[in-house]
Amino acid sequence: SESGQPSLLLTCLHICPLPGVGCSSVQQKIYVQLNKTFPCVRLLNATHQIGCQSSVSGDTGVLHVLETETDLDWVLSSGPNPPYVVLMVAEHFNRSTMMKLKGSARVAGVAVVISKAGPAQGFSPHHSCPNQNSGVYSDSYGPELAGCNVTVWNPLGNSLSYEDFRFPIFSLHEGEEADVIRKCFLDHNRGVNGSDPAYPLCAMQLASHMYAVKDTATCMRRNDIQSRFSISPEFVCDALADYNVWSSLKPLNNSGKGHLDGESVVIAATRLDSRSFFWNEAPGGESAVGGFVTLLAAAQALRAVVEDHPPSQNILFTFFQGETFDYIGSSRMVYDMENGKFVIDLDNIHSLVEIGQVALHRNGQLWLHSDPVSRRNSSVRSESTALNLSLSVAEPDVSQPLPPSSFQRFLRARPIPGVVLTDHMSAFSNRYYESLYDDAEYLNVSYPSGLSPEEQLEYVTDTAKTLAEVATLVARSLYKQAGGLDDHLSSINADPKIVTQMLYGFLVQSNNSWFRSLVSPDIVKNLGDPVKMPTWLVQYVLANFTGTLRNLTQTQCKNPEDLEGESKDLYSYFWVQGPVPPNSTQGEGYCVRAPVRLVKAHSPAFELHQYSSRDYSTWTESRWKQIQARIFLVASRDLEMLTLGVGVAVLLVSLVVTYFINSKADLLFSSSRETTSTAY
Amino acid sequence: MPVAVFFGCAFIAFGPALALFVFTIAREPLRVIILIAGAFFWLLSLLLSSLVWFIAVKASNPENVSLQKGLLIFGAVFSVVLQEVFRFAYYRLLRKANEGLAAISEENLSPISVQQMAYVAGLGFGIMSGAFSMINILSDSLGPGTVGIYGDSQYYFITSAFMTMAMTLLHTFWGVVFFDGCEKRRWWVIAAVAALHLLVSGLSFLNPSYEGSLPPAYVIMVLMAAWAFFSSGGSLQTLTQVWMCESPFLSILLYSGTTPILHKCQGVAILWN
Repeated sequence: SESGQPSLLLTCLHICPLPGVGCSSVQQKIYVQLNKTFPCVRLLNATHQIGCQSSVSGDTGVLHVLETETDLDWVLSSGPNPPYVVLMVAEHFNRSTMMKLKGSARVAGVAVVISKAGPAQGFSPHHSCPNQNSGVYSDSYGPELAGCNVTVWNPLGNSLSYEDFRFPIFSLHEGEEADVIRKCFLDHNRGVNGSDPAYPLCAMQLASHMYAVKDTATCMRRNDIQSRFSISPEFVCDALADYNVWSSLKPLNNSGKGHLDGESVVIAATRLDSRSFFWNEAPGGESAVGGFVTLLAAAQALRAVVEDHPPSQNILFTFFQGETFDYIGSSRMVYDMENGKFVIDLDNIHSLVEIGQVALHRNGQLWLHSDPVSRRNSSVRSESTALNLSLSVAEPDVSQPLPPSSFQRFLRARPIPGVVLTDHMSAFSNRYYESLYDDAEYLNVSYPSGLSPEEQLEYVTDTAKTLAEVATLVARSLYKQAGGLDDHLSSINADPKIVTQMLYGFLVQSNNSWFRSLVSPDIVKNLGDPVKMPTWLVQYVLANFTGTLRNLTQTQCKNPEDLEGESKDLYSYFWVQGPVPPNSTQGEGYCVRAPVRLVKAHSPAFELHQYSSRDYSTWTESRWKQIQARIFLVASRDLEMLTLGVGVAVLLVSLVVTYFINSKADLLFSSSRETTSTAY
Repeated sequence: MPVAVFFGCAFIAFGPALALFVFTIAREPLRVIILIAGAFFWLLSLLLSSLVWFIAVKASNPENVSLQKGLLIFGAVFSVVLQEVFRFAYYRLLRKANEGLAAISEENLSPISVQQMAYVAGLGFGIMSGAFSMINILSDSLGPGTVGIYGDSQYYFITSAFMTMAMTLLHTFWGVVFFDGCEKRRWWVIAAVAALHLLVSGLSFLNPSYEGSLPPAYVIMVLMAAWAFFSSGGSLQTLTQVWMCESPFLSILLYSGTTPILHKCQGVAILWN
């Protein structure tokens, strides 16, 4: 209509091509949406809620950029326009600042700008004693070792991830959006010559309303009520669950559960998962990727001898998910083994070797940790000395407990001999444990400039070379541990080439030609910059390393039941894309048969409905509807009240004037009255 | 408190229209019908003109900014012309209806005069025009933010409300003047109304320099108010009559004992009665 603003329509033309599809051109003038943000969400366990919460439509506050101490005072006490949303760079994202902001009623939210490299002194929002209450050390088992009395594993840990904030906290990376926010602040929120800033002020609204409250038992009860009494149930939380990946050197019959007579297994374990303060952002370079890449490379290295000179015992490769949250995956596997729901049980386990954090070893020195309480005079120790490699392995001097590891859950059930291989003697060498900075750069996975993505995929970094040596060590130790002969050890070698390809895929870019050739054609589209949930990807990589190619068509690959020589009990069958020929976009497709399986990594507490369990992990994640962040200007309260006042005045004046004119209408409009038309 | 902005702007934009509706239209069912039908006619004109503009935009290159601006100006001009055409069409319809109403009434006199129909039709146009201008903006004024982050004026909501109020009243006055011109076959009146409508619409292209669009629009509104007043049977005499004699002003004078004015008023009153 003609009283609108013409530039509105122009903006509408450019930004809203489809009129009527939820696009208001006035909204385009008011709000700047921030799209590349990561929120912090709420997690609950048996006793606490952690994370962040916002009000239903979001929390709005005047923007303030935190650079110095005076800025903090401004936010907490002296600023004239509370509440504030604080924008800080990662250096200020530490415990002292966040605790001060947490305790203040003048803070409506926090936005953290994450830079590429972490603070030089290290940063870990995790506990200083990870998984303290869910490991093996307790009052009844090695009480002097419990609670990190002997060694504080993560001394840089400030437990920030485990605090409960009542305002939203978002993170964004350095870039366009952070610059827009800073510009808005500089243009509007700084007073001239030391005076208070004048309205309109730049403000930010952060919305991340979480539905679950209090603890897991409460939210599970509410889920229950919803599912029973509601036509369309709306759950408030979900248990943290995923899958563990396992594979065996010699195939095991999956249809037989429980104790397997005559089978003796060496378990090679590692973990797949990591976390950070923010949701769905967990690069986990040193804490997870280094470990499982090493084990994958070891599995591939053992392939050289598995056909001709198999060891006398079997080797079971297990990749546990959910270990960060009180050992979800390993506790579930131990529970399944205890209750006869897994292919083997605890009596079949000969020993266990776990790969912990191994990617940051200094001077080629690795450490073997074992449990001082259950230490046996086993052959495990002696086998692990270096075998013509440039690595040297030693045990820590003091009688030190095991570091946080999945092995502890096995020890809770049975005193199994086992070791944990790490690159740290006592405290972690990882200075960014379970944080956003534990990424490719921290592991020194860097490439010379000017390489294309494909060239980067093939380039062998130094990190890859050292990890390959660790993988060779692991593979050879496993072979020996499983009863293999020394003569064949020299043929077991991990390939640095595949190690560097795996590091590139899991840390830098998962949408590369090698990964694309490993997965099935319909999953290819899920690949994309470091993949968030690597379980299925690890499954395909492991299948590639331990499996064999079968000459089957796609339909046969899906149902190989009736075919000769194929057995779904012993193997899984995967249809993978294969390498893409140079002149086409899709690979031909091949059938791969591998003894790789997925098992549920869902805490037994939920199976047993013991939501306040102390024995098992009870972690759940809240559900939410909308997560968004946007910036805009806010008007002063005075202007708003003035508008209302003027409106009421206009209404009253027009009512009075109209009444008056109407009552005198016949007198006012009487001079040209015609007789043919009446009016009254 | 964004709710304050919402109500403030709503009252500014629709206050006069609401007052006019409550006191002059709401009690008479016939006037209500004419009001709503008038609103509908305006809506039809908007629909047709926006269809033309939409097709023109889709058929053109969206990247060419000056072309888009030109198309917008063309769209606005076409819309104004179409609105006046529909106003004329509504006038013809109402004339026909008036004859019908006169035929079925007992005294062969229509219950409503052409001036009253003109006023109601104009108000109908004005209310619908105001609604389309303002409702979208009102709904966005409820959010926490105000206009300005891209450099626009922070007074956007208020100035939109004032412009809407002006347009609503202008449509009312144009209705009165237009119908009067049609009755008396003075075609220059119709041309003048169309030209003024085009002028006010063109003034809105001067936004966001609101001093260029709002004061002239209000000046034109005052002028149109005077024109409508005179063409619907008002005169300076009746104005002074009401102002001096029938107002609370008079009671103050009476109590202060200035009788000559009272005699004059009484004389005039005797003349009229």
